[in-house]
Amino acid sequence: MQNKFINLKIKRQDGPNSPPWWEEFSIPYKPNMNVVSVLMEVRKNPVNAKGEKTNPVVWECNCLEEVCGACSMLINGMPRQACSALIDKIYEKTGFGKPIVLEPLTKFPVIRDLMVDRQVMFENLKKVKAWVPVDGSFPIGRGPRFPDREHRWAYIISRCMTCGCCMEACPNVNAKSKFIGPAAIAQVRLFNTHPIGEMHKEGRLDALMETGGIQECGNSQNCRKVCPKEIPLTTHIAAMNKETIKYSIRRWFTK
Amino acid sequence: MSKPKVIVVGGGLSGLMATMKIAEKGVHVDLLSLVPVKRSHSVCAQGGINAALDTKGEGDSTWEHFDDTIYGGDFLANQPPVKKMCDAAPGIVYTMDRMGVMFSRTPEGLIDLRNFGGQKNKRTAFAGATTGAQLEYCCDEQVRKHEAAGLVKKYEGWEFLSAVIDEAGICRGCIAQNLATMEIRPFIGDAVILATGGGGMIYGKSTTSTICTGSAAGAVYQQGVYLANMEFVQIHPTAMLGDDKTRLMSESARGDGGRIWTYKDGKPWYFLEEMYPAYGNLVPRDIASRAIHKVCVEMGLGIDGKNQVYLDLTHLPAEFLERRLGGILEIYEKFHGDDPRKVPMKIFPGIHYFMGGIHVNYSHMTCIPGLFASGECDYMYHGANRLGANSLLSALYSGTVSGPAALNYIKGLNKLAEEAGSKCFDQELKRQVEFDNKVRNMKGKENPYQLHQEMGEVMRANVGIVRNNKDLKETDQFLREMKERWENINMVDGHGYSNQTISFVKELKNMIEMAHAITIGALMRNESRGSHYKPEFPDRNDEEFLKTSKSRWTPNGPVIEWEEVDTSLIKPRKRVYNVSKEESKNAK
Repeated sequence: MQNKFINLKIKRQDGPNSPPWWEEFSIPYKPNMNVVSVLMEVRKNPVNAKGEKTNPVVWECNCLEEVCGACSMLINGMPRQACSALIDKIYEKTGFGKPIVLEPLTKFPVIRDLMVDRQVMFENLKKVKAWVPVDGSFPIGRGPRFPDREHRWAYIISRCMTCGCCMEACPNVNAKSKFIGPAAIAQVRLFNTHPIGEMHKEGRLDALMETGGIQECGNSQNCRKVCPKEIPLTTHIAAMNKETIKYSIRRWFTK
Repeated sequence: MSKPKVIVVGGGLSGLMATMKIAEKGVHVDLLSLVPVKRSHSVCAQGGINAALDTKGEGDSTWEHFDDTIYGGDFLANQPPVKKMCDAAPGIVYTMDRMGVMFSRTPEGLIDLRNFGGQKNKRTAFAGATTGAQLEYCCDEQVRKHEAAGLVKKYEGWEFLSAVIDEAGICRGCIAQNLATMEIRPFIGDAVILATGGGGMIYGKSTTSTICTGSAAGAVYQQGVYLANMEFVQIHPTAMLGDDKTRLMSESARGDGGRIWTYKDGKPWYFLEEMYPAYGNLVPRDIASRAIHKVCVEMGLGIDGKNQVYLDLTHLPAEFLERRLGGILEIYEKFHGDDPRKVPMKIFPGIHYFMGGIHVNYSHMTCIPGLFASGECDYMYHGANRLGANSLLSALYSGTVSGPAALNYIKGLNKLAEEAGSKCFDQELKRQVEFDNKVRNMKGKENPYQLHQEMGEVMRANVGIVRNNKDLKETDQFLREMKERWENINMVDGHGYSNQTISFVKELKNMIEMAHAITIGALMRNESRGSHYKPEFPDRNDEEFLKTSKSRWTPNGPVIEWEEVDTSLIKPRKRVYNVSKEESKNAK
């Protein structure tokens, strides 16, 4: 394995309003590396493939265990977490040494290099009221009982780390639309299932029917394929679609 | 008249809980966080949260939880606050349940409980193997509710640089930096709560996230705050070694039946079960880590001759594993390649948690009035060793103390920070801007990331599971040289926008100071207690060292002072895990 190199081709951008440019890097190969550990090597010796000194690549990461959602980027065109993108696995597919292309997610404003601003996703969670409206955080006894049967699928939704991969993969999330995206819709189903959250489900359904709501989903089903937490997003979108239709008919009759 | 305001630094569990408690009382919070709060390190906690819910017919009680925690911590924790925490635990878990945490359920729809290390009763509530993430998300959601109502303003992507302290020695706010624009500005607050987590990154590789540098604690340490019990760093027995980090494999794997073994004389040797028949694989972490270290390093019995042993789940039913431990099995499979349902996992101990931290009183206030600390960055609840699943509890519980304590403190102020004049802010801002300019223009020879790597290697080798005074003295010298070498850093990023290297170089300076406090604390403590183990002094020495070590910063290195420990509720006894706790009470 000596004298082997990992080659990276990185789309770089100096700031939010600067034009992007490409830079290549060549990093000595070690077994069991991932995209984050390769970027860490770059900053220990920030020199590009041509041997020129350059600024270290800026990217976002934190837990390196695929739970924090920070390190989403496009790796060979696919939105995924950089920490769990193992170099050996990538090369199994593409052949050893082929440049690995890293780009920032395209559906969010770039801050610098591979780092983007995903604030809009948290704003969307605000819009759909993704919380259980308890009276307060004081101890007043046991919570409601919750069947294991429901827990099994609801728990899967609650693993969403707001990483943005589903937004990136969705053709209906774009500059022209206000679509809140798959993640926020699935969260509505989670909160409308919780016994206390369910008492306020109408507010969340109302939010899903506003501009940018569930009707913007074009059913391309890309979100489900890219979700690193394997949340069956399309199933939840379909379920919420049914709910909103039922709710709007009921609302129309009770007006 | 101006209105009171609190600054909370850190969006992990403790910071969010404190924020919630303050916002609930109608007081405004500025919440500063390095990352969007949902990405805080609390999400990495896996196994569960302890609370004596006693729903399994075992006669568990909060007193038993308290006793296990004190005993597990080798009697170094002040007992009254620990008792309060254990008493509050069931209420906290039930509150989180009401807020929508997806705790795993029993057939009856109640919160299920699992076994955990250092305790014999089922006491650990859990949400699969992603309990930290579930609790963090829930607090994030509740704070978002207060944010939507205008009571909380989040500053995500801001780094705390220092506290602002006025002429009277009172904390009036802080200075922070925007990590995108690099703007440095003061934040005015009547109380500042640091909930900035531990400092695993001081050791280079650890199970912690990259933001866990301990930098904020290091900054206020240099401003006069004491650090306490810094020599107590938890090394988790079961972690996967990696190139970029060591990844945690939760204790819940053993809680749910996982077994540790290696080969001896060609046959599987379940050494924990043999050495500690009363607790088996569920001995506390310091004990398990030392045993694995002994088997691999001293006896040379690691798997494939390397420093690793098996953590074996293969005898457990696949459906049970998926439901209870899916989260960590996925991590192992993704990062290692092998399927832990079929092949035993290879693990070795890794740096995990700081029992020590910022010295605070029982209200979580530091020696600087108005400056509070809670969560892993404080030193309060775990003594010399933390029991698994007590960290999520202490993070949340400390927030329920620090938040209301800050409000209480503000009530007693005769003037608010807004009325205190701008002089102290101007001075501290100037100091930070000058320091920023210095860092930006560093043209030395050292790459800061390489320097950090080197420090981590020395800390892991010399201030880890086994400590010797000779190595500690060498590390003291090494860290003094590090401080000089830090001055010779090269600012490898020449760009003015979103420059992560500027931030890292500042953090590194604080990390070196923290490393020094850990090392000197370890050097001075000539005994073995909890996670701190010195073969030269193999026994616990209550006469000399049943004391909290307090580290005071000086330009010439840390100065250690000793403080009595409040052991008023449970009399210290010898800690032995080869027999049951009842029998241990008679051990001499």
